[in-house]
Amino acid sequence: MSTEQSNPDSLIGASVRRVEDPPLLTGKGCYVDDVKLPGILHVAIHRSTHPHARILSVDTAEAAAMPGVECVLTGDDIGDLVLRTPMVAPGMNMPDHPILARGAVHAVGAPIAAVVAESAAAAQDAAASIQVTYDSLPVVTDAEAALEDGSPLAHEELDTNFCYSMKREGGDVDKAFAEADHICRLHMKSPRVVAMSMEARGVLAQPDPARNELTVWLSTQGPHRARADLANSLGFPENRIRVIAPDVGGGFGSKGCVYREDVLVCHLAQKLGRPVKWMATRNEDFLTTCQGRDQAMTSELALSKDGKMLGLKVRVVANLGAYLHSATAGPPQRMLVMAPGCYQLQDVRVEIVGAFTNTVPTGPYRGAGRPESVLNIERLADKAARDLGMDPLELRRKNYIQPDQFPYRTGVGVEYDSGDYEKSLSEALRLSDYDQMIRDRDEARQRGELVGVGISTFTEPSGGAGFESGAVRVERTGQITVLTGSSSHGQGHETVWAQVAADKLKVPMENVVVRHGDTTAVQQGTGTFGSRSAVMGGGALATAADRVIAKAKAIAGNLMEASPDDVVQTEGGFAVAGVPERNVNWRQVAGAAYAKGTPAGMDPGLNETAFFDPNREAWGFGAHVALVRIDPDTGELTIEKLVLVDDIGVVLNPMIVEAQVHGGLAQGLGEALCEHMVFDENGQPRTGTLMDYAVPRASTMPPVVVGETETPNPFNPLGVKGVGEAGTNGAPPAVANAVMDALSPLGIDHVDMPYTAPKLWRAIREAGKG
Amino acid sequence: MHPASFGYHAPRSLVEAFGLLREHGEDAKVLAGGHSLLPAMKLRLTQPEVLVDLRHVSGLSGIRVDGDTLVIGALTTHTEVSTAEAVRRSLPGLADTASVIGDLQVRNRGTMGGSVAHADPAADLPVTLTALDASFVLTSSEGERTVAADEFFVDFFTTALEPHEILTAIRIPLPPSPARTSYAKLPHPASGYVVVSAAAALSVDDAGACTAARVVLGGVAGTPHRATAAEAALTGQELTPEVMTAAAAQAADGIDPHADSYADEDYKRHMAVVYARRAIEAAAARA
Ligand SMILES: Cc1cc2nc3c(=O)[nH]c(=O)nc-3n(C[C@H](O)[C@H](O)[C@H](O)COP(=O)(O)OP(=O)(O)OC[C@H]3O[C@@H](n4cnc5c(N)ncnc54)[C@H](O)[C@@H]3O)c2cc1C
Repeated sequence: MSTEQSNPDSLIGASVRRVEDPPLLTGKGCYVDDVKLPGILHVAIHRSTHPHARILSVDTAEAAAMPGVECVLTGDDIGDLVLRTPMVAPGMNMPDHPILARGAVHAVGAPIAAVVAESAAAAQDAAASIQVTYDSLPVVTDAEAALEDGSPLAHEELDTNFCYSMKREGGDVDKAFAEADHICRLHMKSPRVVAMSMEARGVLAQPDPARNELTVWLSTQGPHRARADLANSLGFPENRIRVIAPDVGGGFGSKGCVYREDVLVCHLAQKLGRPVKWMATRNEDFLTTCQGRDQAMTSELALSKDGKMLGLKVRVVANLGAYLHSATAGPPQRMLVMAPGCYQLQDVRVEIVGAFTNTVPTGPYRGAGRPESVLNIERLADKAARDLGMDPLELRRKNYIQPDQFPYRTGVGVEYDSGDYEKSLSEALRLSDYDQMIRDRDEARQRGELVGVGISTFTEPSGGAGFESGAVRVERTGQITVLTGSSSHGQGHETVWAQVAADKLKVPMENVVVRHGDTTAVQQGTGTFGSRSAVMGGGALATAADRVIAKAKAIAGNLMEASPDDVVQTEGGFAVAGVPERNVNWRQVAGAAYAKGTPAGMDPGLNETAFFDPNREAWGFGAHVALVRIDPDTGELTIEKLVLVDDIGVVLNPMIVEAQVHGGLAQGLGEALCEHMVFDENGQPRTGTLMDYAVPRASTMPPVVVGETETPNPFNPLGVKGVGEAGTNGAPPAVANAVMDALSPLGIDHVDMPYTAPKLWRAIREAGKG
Repeated sequence: MHPASFGYHAPRSLVEAFGLLREHGEDAKVLAGGHSLLPAMKLRLTQPEVLVDLRHVSGLSGIRVDGDTLVIGALTTHTEVSTAEAVRRSLPGLADTASVIGDLQVRNRGTMGGSVAHADPAADLPVTLTALDASFVLTSSEGERTVAADEFFVDFFTTALEPHEILTAIRIPLPPSPARTSYAKLPHPASGYVVVSAAAALSVDDAGACTAARVVLGGVAGTPHRATAAEAALTGQELTPEVMTAAAAQAADGIDPHADSYADEDYKRHMAVVYARRAIEAAAARA
């Protein structure tokens, strides 16, 4: 174990290296595809090549006769098996979501038939031989177009493309707008992006017919929720299913729900009585795994002439794609709570509408509605400043919620726990040498160069969505086992949870083992997504640890014949206060706990489980600053400087926090610079391979300065807020504002991300014409 | 994805390889570095029944000077080309080209012969080899023929190669020193292949006048495109900035590029001019 600070007293806040890395970096990891079972069968799926069509026939005869093929199934063979989705709004339209298509398909990639064979290659050969005849139907791919009268229907069987809508309103919006001196208007779209996990989705199911049980290895972010969802879809008891999330190679939100293939594989395993596996190809991952963003936002910001924000109206149209997964309707709802950003806005109206299209379903993707919300208000703030001829910093400062106003209830009825926006802004300005940067920009502009500076200051919620669990079990020998419901898929929980437990219990980190990702080993849990783990899983763990310590003190008191009130924690154990020579260690306390050594009336054992739900989200915040340059010849964008200051409350492990900021930033820059999932007007994906879809690479990353301020969360036992999405939420709007600043001398008002070279070149060229 | 099943042969000589090609005809494909063929097979864009792997055939790789010609074996990898002293010295534009192909793994496996035979319109080497007036040695059991680059590339993924022929070597006339060759590439942000690229090979006499110019564009047509108007505008001129800019401005004459999901025709047309200028300027600056 290498720790920069070896004193266990200060494990919280130490940059401890990740204990999970050695196996992963030496090829010793175990992902779903690494699990080998005797008698295993493989599944390949024949998928729709049409975005919207009636299926006239499916000919599987040739496939069924091919060598190594066990069976071939179509939608009719598996009958009523469907993916179940919760209703999030009254009157929500919910299209059928059969495991294999029945009668019609509504997106390219929709599964039509499944082949089970002795090898993946044999299954794929057979799946390729299946012949389907289609009757093409009209197609819609754009959500705003889908809501227009007369639009083609994404689902013939629904008579509308409308899925659901929600509204939230506070104050007197109409009055605020009536009294305004200026109304700043903006329409923008966030690009559809792909949740590009290194490990594509995969599932392996092993039935145990004799015991009537089912074990499922699933590349998932939340094994317990997956288990319940599988139970519901399969009609098989939840307590007879064991879901194991082995090493998971990324999820970014997309592996938070159960997919059709997961249900299909479980069904096939049970039907055939043999283990069955399906691993997505990259191409299948492109066509079936929930994608992110794709929201259109139409906003109006009412202002006084001196730049005071008076009122805000936002309407979001979200592209939900063709089918509803359990969280597909979720991301746009973020606007309902985040629309006002860090500004004192009480008169706010937000409306969100979800629409069906013949595209891949969307869902949570790193940020999950937060990036859209931050982009919306931060682009508005910048444009408002430009409209009014004000400095964008001054306009923001004029409207910030002030430190003494927290907890602050916003116009949409949400209470922010804490914040000091000026603090993170001034730190970002200092780190970026802002004034000099502005002078340099102005000089470059004199020379006719396209250089721009942009900022985004934001607040972002983390740690919501239900509860999380944590258990601390002191084993008989005094070793510590931590069980967490927030299963890790790359974040580093095994390290950070051990840090927290070791810090609390005052034991060396080596004595702590963290278990997660197995529904049989771990009590109930929710999972890892939405920047929630440190807040929720950490909160549960801290609570459980405190309970274990309290009980251990009582046992220690019993052993030392002292009152528990006189017992204090020492390194590795307990002592009587003021009498250090009267002490016991964890091993002795644990021994007593399991061998009739507990005080009279106290249950044996030393094992505490906590379920944690603070019933509020934690609001982190930050300020990001970008300096960009655009080559007018080619439209190529270079980010010359990027400064990210995030305030996430107490930092548990600075190295992991910095890595999260970097990773989030990489994905944020992907969205800002290059990533865009495009469907043509016929509904065919045009960027469905890594040859066409540009993910950010190491070379995409500009020089980055990461700074921090620390404003502890008063409503969390560890004082923490989430960080996993900070870079994704805050950085793209800073880049967007910088790009628009660079283009402002040309009179360009707004260009949507991603800022690819051809797109910027065209904008520059068209401005020149105008 | 897994490729469809296929047979595999690894002959030890060209004679043996020709026998296999004759036996299997159109069902067989030659395998070199596999970095274009295998991805296409995995995507099932192509399903050859038999692969004839050239890796054990000796004499197909390596770089040598033969009089005033540089001879590069078909199986020579991109890394070998980009690092070879003879190439760096005499044909820096070719070394630059090989060094911007894909990534290190791709350059360590991919071969010049494979890239030329594959004739991907978004590939790098065909552009530069056309600018360098290279010719290709095509060998079969019947003998050998040599085809100039200008005739070799026929269309998208189509060349003068017959199914029973193997490309064995690439022959490049060595320019009089100083070698003024260059390559400028706008890579696709996803694939890294060419969106638009330009290669230039200029001969300049002692008085500073350009005596011969070849300017070739990639990514704008099914085959490497000779920008003949630009070439004419350079020839006989002193290479001043104005002359080079004016020549590059004509690079897009007569091209009809295809739009793709990344770049539309206008953009490619404009980039043809920008990248032709960059290539010409870089070549001229080499001394
Ligand atoms: C990730 C990735 C990125 C890439 N990026 C680029 C890039 O930026 N620019 C670029 O130009 N290329 C790029 N490539 C392609 C790469 O350069 C290939 O290696 C090259 O195009 C083909 O060479 P190969 O030796 O791999 O040929 P193979 O894949 O083995 O063969 C390709 C074709 O040529 C035929 N063939 C091969 N050798 C001969 C021969 N001697 N005689 C007759 N026929 C033959 C084969 O039958 C086959 O049809 C990339 C490839 C990958 C995988």
